[in-house]
Amino acid sequence: MSSEDLIGLGYVVAAILFILGLKGLGKPRTAVRGNQLGATGMLIAVLVTLADRDIVSFWQLAVGVAIGTGIGVLLALRVEMTSMPQLVALFNGFGGLASVLVGAASFFEAVGRGQDDLQLTVAAALTAFIGAVTFTGSIIAFTKLQESWDGIVVPAAPIVNVALVVVSIVFGALMVSDPDERLWFWLLVATASVLGVTVTSPIGGADMPVVIALLNSLSGLAASAAGFVLDNALLIIAGALVGASGLILTAIMTKAMNRTLVNVLFSEAPTAGDGVDADSVYAGKVTSTSADEVAMLLDTAERVAIVPGYGLAVAQAQHAVRDLTRVLEENGTEVVFGIHPVAGRMPGHMNVLLAEAEIDYGALIEMDVINPTFDQTDVAIVLGANDVVNPVAREAEGPIAGMPILDVDRARVVVVIKRSLSPGFAGIPNPLFAADNAMMLYGDGKAAVVDITKSLAEM
Amino acid sequence: MDPILALTLFVLAVFLGVELISKVPPTLHTPLMSGSNAISGITLVGALVSAGTEYSTLTTVLAVAAVALATTNVVGGFLVTNRMLAMFRPRTPKKDDGEGGSA
Repeated sequence: MSSEDLIGLGYVVAAILFILGLKGLGKPRTAVRGNQLGATGMLIAVLVTLADRDIVSFWQLAVGVAIGTGIGVLLALRVEMTSMPQLVALFNGFGGLASVLVGAASFFEAVGRGQDDLQLTVAAALTAFIGAVTFTGSIIAFTKLQESWDGIVVPAAPIVNVALVVVSIVFGALMVSDPDERLWFWLLVATASVLGVTVTSPIGGADMPVVIALLNSLSGLAASAAGFVLDNALLIIAGALVGASGLILTAIMTKAMNRTLVNVLFSEAPTAGDGVDADSVYAGKVTSTSADEVAMLLDTAERVAIVPGYGLAVAQAQHAVRDLTRVLEENGTEVVFGIHPVAGRMPGHMNVLLAEAEIDYGALIEMDVINPTFDQTDVAIVLGANDVVNPVAREAEGPIAGMPILDVDRARVVVVIKRSLSPGFAGIPNPLFAADNAMMLYGDGKAAVVDITKSLAEM
Repeated sequence: MDPILALTLFVLAVFLGVELISKVPPTLHTPLMSGSNAISGITLVGALVSAGTEYSTLTTVLAVAAVALATTNVVGGFLVTNRMLAMFRPRTPKKDDGEGGSA
């Protein structure tokens, strides 16, 4: 068997393992195995690649792999679960940049050897474009999530973005007409890098799940494009699988916000205080409560629904919530969690946090399933969520009109744990806070839950 | 590889990916993202060949940087996914051991 056959066979096995791995990741029971299958596929792909006869020197490979492994292990083991969105954004960015660099190296090599053709050049241009957008877009997403830098203010962002796409196409065309001039390649990379920044910068925190899912998809497509440059079937297949899965998640996220992708990417973030005046909604109608009072309510409740939002992550309140859940369950109270698809900063963010706190995933109920049960719920606790429980969404007009929400206002009593009456990302007042059956418990999410648990345990 | 054949592979893989992912429950969205993200580090395979070929100093430097980045993506991605999934537990008929937690 020649080394090419060996590599080809190894790649088939790797592709099968990737497919089985993704399939496994789709079910809770098989997810761990699925991830392991994917990793095994990757190991096989790497090992058979080393049999490639074109590889004349191994030491620099060892250096690169050692550095990457070190950083990867460090990041993966150190990251807090609340920071998962940042880490995924960072890894997406690394993948995108790696594809740009691979595209560059193999494109320059092919041109140097006189082996370039139209397909290869177009593929190299696509790799440079998608990879660079993915890279800088992910880095901006990372700094935004980390709250270290909010990106740049882009005046007339949609026009700027379209202009940058046009300029990219021009540089791509110049690459095709003059492949020997490396400048065109780098100018394309530079333009696409700027585009990644200008597209991601104006996007607000609540839209982050869409952006992260989209960048995930793009990192796969960049790898797939690099596969066309390298003439490598495994890159094409694996990249396309990831691209598709990212697109599905993107679609789920935009649907959960009743928006379109174009709308998320190209609309200006809504500004606070538009239209409805907060005072007219809240004045004299908001009831505030205390931890003791909430504990009394919970003590007699038969069914409690907890609705977490990004505030849960910010307050690191997941363990406190777990303790409250345990006390309630010992008391014979049924506790469920209502999870909005876009709660948090990435798809499934709340689920991971609650899983970290050892809350059974069976208790985490999807929006469509939990909504009909709110009228049989004694107490709904809203913890660090706002727009996803705003009944205004049911009205025909407004910034969040038509967005599916969790119907917590149909519960007998709603307790909203929040620092103040400040609006959520949509910038609009929430009439839920002023509803007759709602009461506000002001304070830090974690401290409030700890206080409630303490009062409850003393009863 | 014939360009049309390559394109066929791409299109089929996209459809397969859509089929595989469309029914994933929300609980697994984050691990699915980080796991599939690790798979997109497959660029590593291309980077290894480019880096090992030593065609020119420039291509080697670019490719070795790509090896390091893609390896970070692959190793970190699979590892953190594993770490997350280890925390997910099914709903078990509860036997209370009376542990109240440490908050």
